[in-house]
Amino acid sequence: MEKTIAGKTVEVNEEGYLTDQSQWTREVAEAIAGEEGIDLTERHWAVISYLQDQHKQGVALSIRKIGKSGVIDIKEFYQLFPNGPLKISTKIAGIPKPASCI
Amino acid sequence: MNGNNSIKKMMIILSKATLENVYAAFVLANGARMEGIEAELFFTFFGLEAIHNEKLEHLHVATVGNPAMHIPTLLGGLPGMEAIATKMMKSEMEKIDMPDVREFLEILKASGVKLWACKLAMDMFHYKKEDMYPEVDGVLTVGGFYERGAGEGVHMLFI
Repeated sequence: MEKTIAGKTVEVNEEGYLTDQSQWTREVAEAIAGEEGIDLTERHWAVISYLQDQHKQGVALSIRKIGKSGVIDIKEFYQLFPNGPLKISTKIAGIPKPASCI
Repeated sequence: MNGNNSIKKMMIILSKATLENVYAAFVLANGARMEGIEAELFFTFFGLEAIHNEKLEHLHVATVGNPAMHIPTLLGGLPGMEAIATKMMKSEMEKIDMPDVREFLEILKASGVKLWACKLAMDMFHYKKEDMYPEVDGVLTVGGFYERGAGEGVHMLFI
């Protein structure tokens, strides 16, 4: 379905994840983060670009991988993206919600 | 997700230390945190082995009395069978990015999961807090655990 966010019309699925990554912009990310009550800092951006990079490489994301990323540890990941860090950070990064249980 | 009827907190009681049960409890606790749900683990009776600092790396899968292993009970009881089955299971788990028990405990703690040792079981096995995984939050009575589970949207699970 279509959604207007940051003055831009984007395609999202029923959970609000972008379905076309080419529609992602920094402004879209900021707007999605705002809906989740998050103000994006440099640390958030570092995680977002790591996630996008991993997605591009076809890596299945998990909390364990985040912890080993060298970009961020698990504790800080939970602090930056409370209430479900992996699902919220991927939503902001404009990539699919990981189907991971760990 | 955070509506009135949603799950707010999972209180998981682990009473066994066979590898498959320990992983079930850990995956459920970690999975709760990943969804923004609070989680606490209460280790009682043999479940304590999963947080015993010298034993937690030596847990086994059960090969006897476990029909789903598809090993005849008599064979399952042969010396070394548990070790073989455990080794196979651990290698499969590594393939799906499942951490070992110690690393999983580290992940749980970093994710904000509380780890509690059951006082009665600690007394029964003559374990001291110093014997346990250093990041265990404390030793609790059953009453203390129930107190922590007060409130709406809290669910308890016995494994």
